[in-house]
Amino acid sequence: MALKAEKINEHTVWQDLTEGLQIHEPATSGLFETGEWRTSTPVVDWDKCRQCLLCAPYCPDSCIPVKEGKREAFDYQHCKGCGICVKACPFGAITMKEGK
Amino acid sequence: MKALTEIRWHGRGGQGAKTAALLLADVAFSTGKHVQGFPEYGPERMGAPITAYDRISDFPIRIHSNIYEPDFVVVVDDTLLHTVDVTQGLKKEGAILINTVMEIEEVMPLLNGYGGRVFLIDARKVCMATLGAYFPNTPMLAAIVKVSGIMEETVFMREMEISLKHKFEKKPEVLEGNMNALRMAFREVR
Amino acid sequence: MAVKERMSGNEAVAYAIRQINPDVMPAFPITPSTEIPQFVSAMIANGEIDTEFIPVESEHSSMSAAIGSSAAGARTLTATSACGLALMWEVLYVAASNRLPIMMEVVNRALSGPININAEHSDSMGARDSGWIQIYAENNQEAYDNTLQAYRIAEHKDVKLPIMVCQDGFITSHAVENILLLEDEPVKKFVGAYQPEHYLLREDETMAVGPYAVSCYCMEAKRAQAQAMRNARQVILDVAKEFEEISGRKYGFFEEYRLEDAEFAIVAIGSVCGTIKDAIDRLREQGIKAGLLKVRVFRPFPGEEMAEALKHLKALAIMDRCEGYNATGGPLGAELTAALYRAQASAKTVNIIYGLSGRDVKVSDIEMVYEDLAELAQGNNRFGEYPYLGLRNRSGDNYGADR
Repeated sequence: MALKAEKINEHTVWQDLTEGLQIHEPATSGLFETGEWRTSTPVVDWDKCRQCLLCAPYCPDSCIPVKEGKREAFDYQHCKGCGICVKACPFGAITMKEGK
Repeated sequence: MKALTEIRWHGRGGQGAKTAALLLADVAFSTGKHVQGFPEYGPERMGAPITAYDRISDFPIRIHSNIYEPDFVVVVDDTLLHTVDVTQGLKKEGAILINTVMEIEEVMPLLNGYGGRVFLIDARKVCMATLGAYFPNTPMLAAIVKVSGIMEETVFMREMEISLKHKFEKKPEVLEGNMNALRMAFREVR
Repeated sequence: MAVKERMSGNEAVAYAIRQINPDVMPAFPITPSTEIPQFVSAMIANGEIDTEFIPVESEHSSMSAAIGSSAAGARTLTATSACGLALMWEVLYVAASNRLPIMMEVVNRALSGPININAEHSDSMGARDSGWIQIYAENNQEAYDNTLQAYRIAEHKDVKLPIMVCQDGFITSHAVENILLLEDEPVKKFVGAYQPEHYLLREDETMAVGPYAVSCYCMEAKRAQAQAMRNARQVILDVAKEFEEISGRKYGFFEEYRLEDAEFAIVAIGSVCGTIKDAIDRLREQGIKAGLLKVRVFRPFPGEEMAEALKHLKALAIMDRCEGYNATGGPLGAELTAALYRAQASAKTVNIIYGLSGRDVKVSDIEMVYEDLAELAQGNNRFGEYPYLGLRNRSGDNYGADR
């Protein structure tokens, strides 16, 4: 029986892989913590943020959760630190800081 | 009739020699024979010399090569006699059937000294008298059945009527003409 | 009850397709396979089947559409020949690696050049390592029977691989011959409904097909795919046994014709095998112990079983209707010779190239091969080092050599 996605990693033996590496579960990309790749980190200045929500759709890794019309804190487990949100913000509310 | 009869057809692309070969296989099948009907294929070229083949047998046919020593040869277009060696490999005890208006004396010099039986038919005359248009494969089919003796005329006519009725389901008016063409061809073979 | 009929090889597979009534057929026409989508389209137009026909703009598209359709969960087929198959090249691998049980009718024809439309195995042999199962037919009957068995093999849970059902262009595809057809009901029961476990249109499961994989997963994934091909061996035999129960016709990896007590044998694929059988019967009357091993299944390659069936021979000719351009011979020659070596078989072997681009093979050609095999067994090699059956050459040699 093929393993669930959360159990598959670079130690998985060939017999346990799914056929054709098909994925039979939704949202498995969440299991892969790309936040580990980050060398610089976006930070929000909540005083400057007007909740225009332009940053959220620009984020290529869906790391800016929006709830009830307001953005919340960054999902740093998956944020790669690309800095696109900094450029997208019209109010200069997001800046990059060195390191994680 | 012997266990295996092999027939080679010579025609020109578009004249229906391939269709006639397949029709012959069809009608022989309907009398319980094992058959193989196949053309020698190349690119479609109207007017180019083409060859088609029939094997008719009492036993299952396994061989998948062309026919090099036919029992019978059918020539649908007599202009081929000048360019194609139609009697090549033809068995002496076999026969050749040619669609032509020529007399036997004119035909013989074109057959590379073939010593077997030679039959002639003017398929155009048969077509014009019965169908009003030139479809040589219908009379040639009847003529080769007569020449080869692969089945009785009555059996052939019965099977052809069934097959033509089916083929011309939506045009029943042409059935009679086709049946007449077959009947007349049986008489016209010389 | 079997139905006695006469039809061409293309008509025979179209008849089988009608009985199976698959879900989707994307196809692009190419000689000599064109008639198959043509016949299927007519059946759809006549309301005999409810297959969805997708006219596409190329074979790359027909295979791509087949992949999408199969991944969606539909029983899918297509048909092609020669350069059409070559144009599918990239996506053939996608179908196999994604484990999609697509059926493809391949009507074998030469690849260019010179441009030629006649029978040759270079098209499907070129795709022999693409991960597809390959089954070959001698005549219209086998093309029909193999088509009926194809989905049972491809869709089996231990296999899930695409399958090519191959027959020789024109020689069988366009030749009208007698055939025994099965009635619709037993066929439908035998083939059964397609019930995939995972598919894109399944309502209660989210699924992703065709992922990118980094190196640390790819080798394991390919080994798993190879296992499916290995599993296909048993499934092919099991399906053949079940098919025999409804048809009375026996199939396996290969057919042995008068091979058991033979001293000299030919190994070949496709329509030439009927001609070889006629030659064998004539030679047997003269006391020459000739036999044939006709390869039906080329992928998975039954090398071990073939070597076992051939180990008692004195001399053996492996005949390829395909030039391998590896400067030593054809693909069947290369693979079977390797299998014979592993089995430590002692037969003297020769690999003959024959019948390229529809070149006709006569019974007398085959008789000559057997006579020369008898000489080879005595240590007299008349074949030369690179034999081409009946090739014109300056010295009049029967195998194209100039000595």
